[in-house]
Amino acid sequence: MEQQELIPHLFRTEYRKIVSVLCRRFGFDEMETAEDIASETFLTAAQTWGFNGLPQNPVAWLYRVAQNKAKNYLQRDLTFQTKVAPQVKSDFSGRYETVIDLSPQNISDSQLQMMFAICHPCIPPEAQVGLSLRILCGFGIDEISEAFLSNKETINKRLYRAREKLREAQIKIELPAPAQIDERLEVVLTTIYLLFNEGYYSISQNQVLRQDLCFEAIRLCQMLADNEHTNKPAVNALLALMYFHASRFDARLNKNGEIILYHDQDTSLWNADMILKGGYYLNKSAIGSTLSKYHLEASIAYWSTQKADTKAKWENILQLYNRYLQIAYSPVAALNRTYALAKANSKEEAIVEAEKLNLTDNQFYFALLGQLYTGIDNQKAKTNFQNALTIARTSADKKIIQKKIDELEE
Amino acid sequence: MRHEDGTKIASPEQMQIWMKQTMDWIGSIAAQNKFVSGTGLPFDDARVVHSNKMVTDGPFGEIKETIGGFIVVRAESADEAAEFAKGCPVLQGEGNTMEVRRIAKNDGPH
Repeated sequence: MEQQELIPHLFRTEYRKIVSVLCRRFGFDEMETAEDIASETFLTAAQTWGFNGLPQNPVAWLYRVAQNKAKNYLQRDLTFQTKVAPQVKSDFSGRYETVIDLSPQNISDSQLQMMFAICHPCIPPEAQVGLSLRILCGFGIDEISEAFLSNKETINKRLYRAREKLREAQIKIELPAPAQIDERLEVVLTTIYLLFNEGYYSISQNQVLRQDLCFEAIRLCQMLADNEHTNKPAVNALLALMYFHASRFDARLNKNGEIILYHDQDTSLWNADMILKGGYYLNKSAIGSTLSKYHLEASIAYWSTQKADTKAKWENILQLYNRYLQIAYSPVAALNRTYALAKANSKEEAIVEAEKLNLTDNQFYFALLGQLYTGIDNQKAKTNFQNALTIARTSADKKIIQKKIDELEE
Repeated sequence: MRHEDGTKIASPEQMQIWMKQTMDWIGSIAAQNKFVSGTGLPFDDARVVHSNKMVTDGPFGEIKETIGGFIVVRAESADEAAEFAKGCPVLQGEGNTMEVRRIAKNDGPH
């Protein structure tokens, strides 16, 4: 890899490791210092490597520079604390051991602990996602604001407030006690899934960025699955779910970035390797007595990787949605369940059920009714599609609905 | 849900059809965001405790239809809940009934 590609690449893989280790060492009080030291390390690399060429082992070089910078900082800080303000704090034991441990074990432990600290219920979900992107994924503020379709100032403010909250609440960077892991893990998994969805469903046109978000979510979840304390059934289920969805990445958008509907996708573009991985983790998730919503969603996603339109497929999907809605209602799930009902039972039954949902502010509600009435009562189908068109927001959605209306008029 | 022990009167295949219908019925209520909780109450390994503390095996004397399960729904009124109840497949059996009751809480109807 050439140097101009290598530094951004290393930034993406190594920045987050350095920050996590330093943060854990310094605590949230000096979170910005940890981020500054990591950033300065890469600045030094860019300058030095430009003159002297690449070092033999760039990663080791980065770690050494980060260690030295951290050591200098700690020594300066120690001088301040002991000579300038000796009466403020009296217990320095341990904290001023200036060697920074950048061993693989400590890196992985630090990242996991940071994950739990950042996904703390004391800060709001969108701030958790933002901070995760910054600290755990090494995203720049530009990228984060693009992902959220927001501006840099808003994101900076959001991250600043989140850091303040973590400091005020004196959140420790550590794994929760075994008895609390399940409860805390729930928040972590929610954040990871939000991160994934941010990439999967975002209306941002930047496809590379969107895929990156999804893969980062998978990577974070993979870290949880790889650690014995956090390798829980729900973790494996979420991982399976994300692999199944991500397997359609190359098939679901056309060259212009427009959505290609599931039925129109070129299945040869589905990623078989990811589908296999999804299957592996879905099997691993099938232990214990708790059925999480991720188990049900992953099972539904599994059936979506089976292109054949069989009765058995839709009956399975219907029953999974029947259960899913009992533990995690959402309008989208209710609409999807009704579509499965039409496929498994009959369109007539599904129309009766669909109209009970009465989700009249939801374009997909009318689009579903349009779909169900097509071939049964085309006039009603058209009226419903027109209702959907009136409330559709994006031009991509409008285009798809208009196509349905045109087809009815042919 | 008050009904007979299905396993005594129907084939496993028929039981499976009823099970699917029940799941679809619950799914319909859940899709309207009106489902709270619920469970079937299996007939086997049941006990009846009498007032003299005598314990006998279920089922339950002369009453053929007994409680085979319950579901808690969010409804504006007992009438709305009764509408949900009409869809329950146990009503296909003659003599079976659905009983609609409020839950004793002080935060309005359930």
